[in-house]
Amino acid sequence: MTVDVRRTANGLQLDLTGEWGLHELEAARRQLAGIDLKGVRELAVNTQGLGALDLSGAWALRQFLQGARTAGVEVSFQGGEPDQLRLIDDTLKAGSGSPLPPGGPPAGEAGLLHDIGHFAVRAANDWIESLAFLGRTFLTLFASLRSLRRLRPVSVARHVYDTGITAVPIAALIAFLVTVIVAYLSAHELRGLGVDIYVVDLVTIGVLRELGVLLTAIITAGRSASSYAAELGSMQLNDEVDALTASGVDPFEVLIVPRVLGFMIALPLLTIIADLVGLAGGALLCRVLLDMPLTQYVSRVDESIAPTTFWVGILKAPVFALLIALAGCYRGMQVRGSARELGHKVTVAVVQAIFLVILADALFAVLFLKLDI
Amino acid sequence: MAQYPVIEVSGLVNRFGSQVVHDGLDMEVWRDEVFGIVGGSGSGKSVLLRSILGLQPPAAGTVRIEGQDITRLSEVQLRPIKASYGVAFQSGALYSGLTVLQNVQLPMIEYLDLEESLLDELALLKIRLVGLDADAAGKLPAELSGGMVKRAAIARALALDPTLLFLDEPTSGLDPVSATAFDELVLFLQKQLKLTIVMITHDLDSIFRTCNRVGVIVDRRMESDTVERIVDHPNRWIQEYFHGERARGARIAAGVGDGAGHGA
Repeated sequence: MTVDVRRTANGLQLDLTGEWGLHELEAARRQLAGIDLKGVRELAVNTQGLGALDLSGAWALRQFLQGARTAGVEVSFQGGEPDQLRLIDDTLKAGSGSPLPPGGPPAGEAGLLHDIGHFAVRAANDWIESLAFLGRTFLTLFASLRSLRRLRPVSVARHVYDTGITAVPIAALIAFLVTVIVAYLSAHELRGLGVDIYVVDLVTIGVLRELGVLLTAIITAGRSASSYAAELGSMQLNDEVDALTASGVDPFEVLIVPRVLGFMIALPLLTIIADLVGLAGGALLCRVLLDMPLTQYVSRVDESIAPTTFWVGILKAPVFALLIALAGCYRGMQVRGSARELGHKVTVAVVQAIFLVILADALFAVLFLKLDI
Repeated sequence: MAQYPVIEVSGLVNRFGSQVVHDGLDMEVWRDEVFGIVGGSGSGKSVLLRSILGLQPPAAGTVRIEGQDITRLSEVQLRPIKASYGVAFQSGALYSGLTVLQNVQLPMIEYLDLEESLLDELALLKIRLVGLDADAAGKLPAELSGGMVKRAAIARALALDPTLLFLDEPTSGLDPVSATAFDELVLFLQKQLKLTIVMITHDLDSIFRTCNRVGVIVDRRMESDTVERIVDHPNRWIQEYFHGERARGARIAAGVGDGAGHGA
């Protein structure tokens, strides 16, 4: 790609040679920009030696020639005006619309107050919509309770398997590790006071009341809220939800209720497993750290827990499950239009699911304290 | 210019488990022609396209683009070849998070180092070239109609000024008027930009209006010939395809063959 510049009687002659393509574009623009048009009245462009000229190359040439023409230079071609230049002219002449697209979304009223108001309205709408979603889920659930077929046991079972059974290893591992942390810390502190038998109390009450269910809920919130949101979101992107609605099938009945129900069954079961693993881990650690025989551990566990201890923990599981499943489904159904939106909604679903679980746990703690359980 | 085909597929074999899709398929595409790939549903048109694009490594055979066997090249060696062709996928495959303008700019940004204003101008030129308004440039793919998505996909395929263009079912899902306009766009681009176009299509109107040569995938191989001659190929499926009820009107409209039945 080269431009040879020669002075003629009335101006300049440009000999264009070689390939004028997208990959030579920068070089072409630099060479053209270096041409001094001062005092030039006529510009003859020789295209006979031109190898190939693609649209990008032609664009660079066209810009240069336009600049020359506005400076009052007469442009002529030797070897004919390249077709590509004419094509660009025709293209720009045809059609309508502004020569350049609007940059970004239309600028609204700026200002902090506006932003705060906008945010508040959006947040309020979000709450109203999510309540409506909750309501519709329950209405559909009650309606489908009337017949087993509409409750879709196969679908529910699939979700129990996906969110429950496949999560057993990770839930058990987490429960064991938490027991290790509690037992290790408390054994270290309590041995100094000579009351190391209370390690058992701390482990059992801690795991059964709080840690077993809370950590299982948080782990499965990450697993299941994200998978629900991603699954429903990509179905939305693929118009599958619309296809269901159009064929007279309620997407809440086939998509959302089985997920919510499935997870509400799975999480309590997972919690029981986590509790068992926690207690077994406690036995192992007491044996290793405190040389406590198993029989003593069991009898101490029996003494330390009230009849309600286990139920206080397990009661929370279905509530957590409901919150997690709803967050995942609700955000998934909100996905519209783009893959980026899908990623955003999945993130929001997981963060909100975990937030709601912890918030609910705090409320439960206050409630149980007031009820003196 | 050297006298070898732009695309030369020879002895291509593609297998999925025990299912053989292609068995010794040969195909040649020459410069400046519009080559149509035709075949029944499940005959492996898309697999063939994926093999040519290097997305589906074949079990045997060679695929040459501009004389280079792409089945033997590394990713790095493939890069310049991939920059030399454009692909418009059947569903458009526009990046859903980007506007049309950004979609067209993405390949340019990846391959070139250009000023932002120049990027805007060049991308917009491509968008206008395929018959979209400048207003469409700022829109997200979800806001476009089906026909606009197909045009935008071509604009993106043209981003790097390729000499070779692949179109996968460009007129599927379009109404007849839009499909005709689309055929005209293909012809216009072919002529103006001197493109070689390979197009998978089911649309008989499209074949008769735009293609110079047609390759039909039958019995895991390809029979290719000019449009005028392929309609007289003795193979049964090809006969049914070009002389069936649906084909007659298309041929009359395009003035190919006698439009009345077998033989021309």
